[in-house]
Amino acid sequence: MTILTFTLILLVGAYLAGLLGSLTGLGGGVVVIPLLTLGFGVDIRYAIGAALLASIATSSGSASAYVKEGITNIRLGMFLEIATTIGAVIGALIAVYTPTNTIAILFGIVLIFSAVMTLRKKNQVALTEGSRLSYVLKLNSTYPTSQGEVAYKLKNVGAGFSIMTVAGVLSGLLGIGSGALKVLAMDTTMRIPFKVSTTTSNFMIGVTAAASAVVYLQRGYIDPGIAFPVIIGVLGGAFTGSKLLTRMDPKVLRIIFCIAITFVAIEMIYNGYQHQF
Amino acid sequence: MKKLLSKNLWNDTDVEQLVGQLLRYGVITACILALIGGIAYLTEHGSNPVPQYGIFTGEGAEYTTFKGILNGVLTLNPNEIIQFGVLALIATPILRVLFSLFAFILEKDKLYIGITLIVLCILMTSIFGGLKV
Repeated sequence: MTILTFTLILLVGAYLAGLLGSLTGLGGGVVVIPLLTLGFGVDIRYAIGAALLASIATSSGSASAYVKEGITNIRLGMFLEIATTIGAVIGALIAVYTPTNTIAILFGIVLIFSAVMTLRKKNQVALTEGSRLSYVLKLNSTYPTSQGEVAYKLKNVGAGFSIMTVAGVLSGLLGIGSGALKVLAMDTTMRIPFKVSTTTSNFMIGVTAAASAVVYLQRGYIDPGIAFPVIIGVLGGAFTGSKLLTRMDPKVLRIIFCIAITFVAIEMIYNGYQHQF
Repeated sequence: MKKLLSKNLWNDTDVEQLVGQLLRYGVITACILALIGGIAYLTEHGSNPVPQYGIFTGEGAEYTTFKGILNGVLTLNPNEIIQFGVLALIATPILRVLFSLFAFILEKDKLYIGITLIVLCILMTSIFGGLKV
């Protein structure tokens, strides 16, 4: 295969990754890693470097659309970023000492978990009573709905913060945004309405991925020949996705995608178990 | 209390509009750099066989250090132009944190000035901790 063919196929793949990632809310990274490793036989370390770039691209690319709606809870995102960035740096550091097959298996497990999380019932209820810490940290806020501004309050701040640290470690170790874990922390644990948790999670993914991306860049995991089709493709896909989202309900697509991603995950786990990486 | 909250939200929203612009410019810059570098890279190497990506060797200093990347950009080397785009992409969310810091300073929110500074410190540790300048 020539470089030109490789680039063009990767460009199309990255476009689809960005499109599906933004439509399903899973982010571009989860498609980029299997595409590069299973599809092209690229070493998983290069794939992780590319996936981090894909995560930042999807996050920043779709954030400008979310920003207009004003539902991102910046205070909450910033507070939790202490946890995710520390986790991301730790994750990127332990990645060097982790065998690539273990990383592949872990990636598969996180992928299945993300698929399940995407299909679960979403929290739409806004709490009226928050925990003490939520007042101290000024985390309670309001968000616009069709019925006007709705106030929401938070609980289990400590538990949410702990889950975020784990999300950060996984993000640094695997190169993905681990949006599913972030939403688990905010949505299920801290009881934030999902519209707020989704956009706030998207805000955090970019910062978390940037924290580990610098480590990976310096370690030589980011190859220019792989990076440029991934950046252009994923950004284009995420842009199309955010335009499409306002016009369609991707419920069916989400289910199909989650089933597909589960098969990919099983293949990653199997190959990792067989020491193929 | 409620009034105070909505006032804060307004300030946040104003700054957020600005941040939205910043994100768009950051992403567009990264994309243009990747595109220019990419086209140049393809014109030079497009017909060559794909490098052995299956074997991890890691990239050299010209792609992994700020100095190396900048030197390459100044000599119009395609690969370094792409890596410069990568830097722009990584810098975008970090700049967003910096913007939030200014927003909290404007609001005189001491608690969140502190929290944002902690996040920036972690990011800086990550950037300069292992940096080979």
